[in-house]
Amino acid sequence: MARVTFTDRLRHVAPTGTVEVAGTRLLELIDVIGADHPHLAAYVLDEHRRIRKHVAVFVDGGLVRGQAALDLVLAPDADVYVMQALSGG
Amino acid sequence: MSDRLLVATRKGLFELRGGPGGLAVARRWFLGEPVTAVLRDPGDGAIYAALDLGHFGAKLHRSDDDGASWREVAVPSYVGLAGDPPPALSMIWILEAGPATSGGGGSLWAGTIPGGLFTSHDKGETWILRRGLWDDPMRAEWFGGGFDQPGVHSISFDPRDARKLAIGVSCGGAWLSDDGGERWRVSTDGIWAAYLPPEERENPATQDPHRIVRCAAAPDVLWTQHHNGVFRSVDAGATWREIAIAPSSFGFAVAVHPADPDTAWFAPAISDQQRYPCDGRFIITRTRDGGDSFESLAAGLPNHESYDLVYRHGLDVDETGARLAVGSTTGSLWLSDDGGDQWACVNANLPPIHAVRWI
Repeated sequence: MARVTFTDRLRHVAPTGTVEVAGTRLLELIDVIGADHPHLAAYVLDEHRRIRKHVAVFVDGGLVRGQAALDLVLAPDADVYVMQALSGG
Repeated sequence: MSDRLLVATRKGLFELRGGPGGLAVARRWFLGEPVTAVLRDPGDGAIYAALDLGHFGAKLHRSDDDGASWREVAVPSYVGLAGDPPPALSMIWILEAGPATSGGGGSLWAGTIPGGLFTSHDKGETWILRRGLWDDPMRAEWFGGGFDQPGVHSISFDPRDARKLAIGVSCGGAWLSDDGGERWRVSTDGIWAAYLPPEERENPATQDPHRIVRCAAAPDVLWTQHHNGVFRSVDAGATWREIAIAPSSFGFAVAVHPADPDTAWFAPAISDQQRYPCDGRFIITRTRDGGDSFESLAAGLPNHESYDLVYRHGLDVDETGARLAVGSTTGSLWLSDDGGDQWACVNANLPPIHAVRWI
């Protein structure tokens, strides 16, 4: 199970704290979490399901830039943080 | 006169209400969030607030109880459209309520960046892209004005016929539809662009009408504050005539009197390269004779060291034509109860103001 944590900025559309989710890619994790948080995907992804430009994804302590965050195969016990990139102001 | 004013700002949405001492901030929503457009649908009273969360995209919220609570609804979507990269919603720039039609209730319209015009028939739950405009070959020539991508910022219905509407695109010209938004034609005869090479100056697809407004009582009269001048149409947007204003014809905002098509207000700045008031003196210019002459209205406005700029939706007149509101990029908000003869500063410390709207 991957451990997923969203920035506190998304607390109104995302689970609070860290949640454990089954899945090997970030899109899968978002879809699973989205069952209980239907607005979440539109905050992290645009309408083409691309990661938004100023959303920063960290996996196991490292920043995974841009769309690579969606392609990355996650380790079974990956730590994933979805954060607000400072590039966005 | 209207005694409620919605003010959309860089850091929240505010409502001013009348009280013993005049209008004052009474309620505030979405504090900290950029609010790019706001609308109260006069048909059913629903209030809409469009947000630009930057990191997390454009959002739309609706209140069905006059602001007591809000619910996030859907935003216009470009999903399924081709492009490399495919177009994606960047911002909701304008929201307007469409007149009720014979087929039922009203409709909600949204002008967006990157240039799509959308309609909702269910109060923002779902949206329809007006493909007739989006698929027009001329759209390929549009370009951004103030933003990386072009956008629709003005949507004006003809109150005599809900199927007739005009829109403004920066930078993409003025467009007209006679069939409720299915088919469109660009209409900029008489408008020209100083920012283009000589052979391109009358290209309709690259004009930058900063704002287009229509007189409610004389719907054939439209005014536009264009990037390099002011233009007026008396034939529902078919042709336009340029009008020069002292001390400057540059600005973003225009408001027209709802009952008098010859009366309009503007908020001038020096030029596109110097976007602040001439001589640091903030004024509103007004014509009462269709643009033959103008007055500079200054009573109650700062007469020196003003660097206030008024964005395209930052000037509004109420349904009586007497009450005006103007809000600036430096967070100053002024009101007038007498058509602009006298102004009073309500608040000089608001966030940068995107839009003001009497409700």
